[in-house]
Order: sequence, then structure tokens, then C-alpha cells
Amino acid sequence: MGEFVYLFRIGAAEQREAMGTPERAQQSMRVWLAWMRELEANGHLKNPGQPLEPQGKVVRGRQKAVTDGPYVEVKDLVAGFIVIEARDLAQAVELSTGCPILEGGGSVEIRPVTKSSL
Amino acid sequence: MVAALTRIFGVHNLALAEDVVQDAFCRALEVWKVRGVPENPSAWLMATAKNRALDVIRRERTARIFAPEMGRLLESEWTSAPLVEEAFAPPAIRDEQLRMMFSCCHPRLAEEAQVAIVLNILCGFGANEIGSAFLTGRAAIEKRISRGKKVLASSKRLFDLTDAEFASRLSAVRRALYLLFNEGYHGASAEAGVRVELCSEAMRLTRLLREHPPAAVPETNALAALMCLHAARLPARLDSVGDLSPLLDQDRSRWDARLVAEGLALLERSAAGHELTAYHVEAAIAAAHASAPRVDETDWESIVSLYDRLMTIAPSPVVALNRAIGIAQRDGAERGMAALHAIEGRDRLRRYPFYPAALGELERRRGNREAAREHFSAALALARNPMERRFLEKRVRTCESASGSER
Repeated sequence: MGEFVYLFRIGAAEQREAMGTPERAQQSMRVWLAWMRELEANGHLKNPGQPLEPQGKVVRGRQKAVTDGPYVEVKDLVAGFIVIEARDLAQAVELSTGCPILEGGGSVEIRPVTKSSL
Repeated sequence: MVAALTRIFGVHNLALAEDVVQDAFCRALEVWKVRGVPENPSAWLMATAKNRALDVIRRERTARIFAPEMGRLLESEWTSAPLVEEAFAPPAIRDEQLRMMFSCCHPRLAEEAQVAIVLNILCGFGANEIGSAFLTGRAAIEKRISRGKKVLASSKRLFDLTDAEFASRLSAVRRALYLLFNEGYHGASAEAGVRVELCSEAMRLTRLLREHPPAAVPETNALAALMCLHAARLPARLDSVGDLSPLLDQDRSRWDARLVAEGLALLERSAAGHELTAYHVEAAIAAAHASAPRVDETDWESIVSLYDRLMTIAPSPVVALNRAIGIAQRDGAERGMAALHAIEGRDRLRRYPFYPAALGELERRRGNREAAREHFSAALALARNPMERRFLEKRVRTCESASGSER
């Protein structure tokens, strides 16, 4: 068994589309929650993670230059992350295919958590 | 904001929604006192209310049942934050206000209770302000509002705009908005003769209604037309020294031409259906006045026949009074006087200052100064606010000085 992080990305326009009306927003959220609950019920949800606000700051380089960002109009904004438990990368990929963000034009990046062998 | 929060919390948690908004206002005042008012205070308030709402959701997730349609969506941070965000988006707010408006016009509530609760929840007026607009004490209004909220809280959810009851509820909503507008326009407010803010709130909510296609029926357009055409006269309703200026004496160049045009366009659109409602007729009467650049160009012939029509649709002593004034303009003071005396249910005008004022005006035109003065004095005793009082005092004085000079 290994731990994997799902990084959710979605464009601002796609996100607006999914949340367009109160009814659509509720529907989107319902589907999302159902998916999370299913992961949980099957013992795959290691950590429910955190959703992230779209705007923040970026600090870069030795100069520690602070800029606004990421920009709201960026195509693949990180929308949040969760940590799951799966047999291997193949199963983690398989589990991610049920993620509703894919239906809304977003993506899931699956990254194994580095385990130190100490 | 209360309407938006009610969407999330559920109508039965109306008080909680109000607390959150109240809280946001208090926090705003505290912060602004120290740091000054931010550039966009309403956005700031909105953000504060959103955060407070999320706090409440996190804290009371297990203790309280929120809106049933939200189900368990508020249990997770993943779904509650976006839903709160969504509820505060402009289209959602518009929607919620509409739903709230329909919820407030509950058949179990009396008309004046509906108006009071609309003013309180949707316009943010306090019991004091509402009380002074309705010439009722604060305690009575508070009772009316709290009873109204109890009825609201007993409903399971906000009124569904696709409900089968929509049409019948729509006419109650229109009626409440009509009363609200009238209260502002002819209001018996203690301080002022005109409460412009009541009129503009009524117009704002009527616009909201017209933006919702199923509600944008001819009768709603007629109501909107009526409001525009009357509101157009507001700038001229007080003369240069702040005294009440009756329609016939108004400086018509001060009428709001944009509102007149909008009202006429709406009236035209309201003619699309087959029905002719009281709103249609009242708007048509206002349009006849608005189309006359000078008083003596007024088409009294059609105004009287419109009043005849109104008397068959929605008869009332006040309508009859206005009809009699129209007859006096068309046929002279004698005939007008006869029409005034023939009003059925005249005793219901006993406390209405403009009935004796109309008698006084016609007596004055007939040259009976003494009788005119008596009627104006009787009207003065009934005046409901300083504006009316000053207006009628002037009339009494005019008669006195005129009869004095005759002697």
C-alpha cells in the first residue's frame, strides 16, 4: 500500500461553468461529495486535504520577489489536494478516473508520496 | 444578504441568518472606525458575512439542521465554502431575493404584515422606520414582523418559483409592492409627506420581478408603468420652499422625463394581454396626466372615463373622490360638488383630509369663501403630517384674506 496525493487543477472558466447557477452549484457539489464519500467508504481516503482559494502570492528567487498570482485566468489553477491510499500507482490512477473534476474539464495529477526508508 | 444566507441555512434558521448579517455590520463598524471605510464597503461586508457564515456552519454542523436541499453538503469544507460563495454571487442573490419576496407574501399573513416583513428582510428597514412609515407604533410593527417571521420559519423551504402556486402568489407579491409604493407616495408618515426611499425600494423589487420571465406578465408591467409614471412626478411634488404641491399646480418641467418615457413604454407593453386590471387603469390615468405638458391641456374626458372604469374594477371612496375632481375639471365646480356628495361610503373618508380639502377647493371656485374656509379648516384638523398641515394652512389663509378683502 502506498500514499498518493491527488492535485486537482481546473481553469477559472470551467469552474465558473460548474458553479454557474445555484442549482448547478449544488449539483456539482453533490457529485463531488459523493465521490469523496465513496473513496472514504472503501478505505482509500487517507486525508481529506484542503480546497484552495484561487488567488494568492508567489515568492520567487533569491530576491524573494513577491508577485500576485497565480492569475485567476490561468488555465490550470490548483484547486486543492487530497491524500489517498492505494495498492500502487496503477490503482491510484484507476481511482482518480471517477473524479467529477474530469467531467468539468479539469485534471487530476497523481503523485506518489515519497517515503523515506529510514 | 439575509436572503442569500437563508438559502444556505434554511428559512427556519432566518434568525440565525439575520444574526450573521448583523454581526458582519458590527464588525465592519469596528474595523472601519479604526482603519477607515474601505474602497468598496459592500464587497467588504459581503466577504465578512461569508466568513461568518462559514464559521457558523463549521461550529454548528452537528448541532443544527440547515437547509434541507443542502443536505450533507455543508458537512465538508470541500463543498460548503463553494456553496456559500455561490449563494453570494449576484445572480444567486437576485434569485434569492425573488424567492424571499414570494415567501414573505404568504397567504397566512395579512397584507400589511407582508409589506412590513418585506421592508424588514428585503429592504433592511428597522421596526422604527417601518412604524413611522405606517403611522403605527414600533411595538405593533415588531409584533407584526415577529409573527410574520414565525410563519416564514414554519415553512420548510423558501418559496419555489416553479411552484404551482406561483400565479396566485404573484398577485399577492404585486399587491404588496403596490402598497409599499403607495405608502411612500401618499404615505401618512409623521415627518414627511413623501417617503422616496419606500418608492424606490418598491420600484427596485418590481424590476426584480420583471427580470424573472414567468413574472413579467402584462399585469406586472402595468404595475411597473404605474410606479414609473407616479415617481416621475416626485421631483415636483414639493415646491421650492418644500411645501406639498398638488398635481394641478406642479411645475411640470421638473417631472422626470426619463421615467415618464419608461412608464409609457411599459404601459404599452402591458397592453399585450386581454385583461384590464386596476394597475392598467391607474397607469393609464397617470399617463394621461404625464402626456399633458400644461394643466389646461389635460384630457379630462378620458381621465373621467378611466375613473369610471376603475370604479367598476376596484371601487373605493378614494377612487370616487378622484373621479369627482376629474368631473369638476371637465364640467365645472357645480357638477364636481354633486359628484363629491354622491360618493358612496363617504363616511369612510371621514379621517381623510383630502375629502374636505376637495370640498373646500370647489367652494372656493364657486366663490363661497366662507364655506371654503370651513372645509379647509376641517381638513387641517385631519392633517397627518407637517407637510399636509402647512399645505392646508395656506389654503385656509388664502380664503381668509380673500374674504377679508371682499368686505
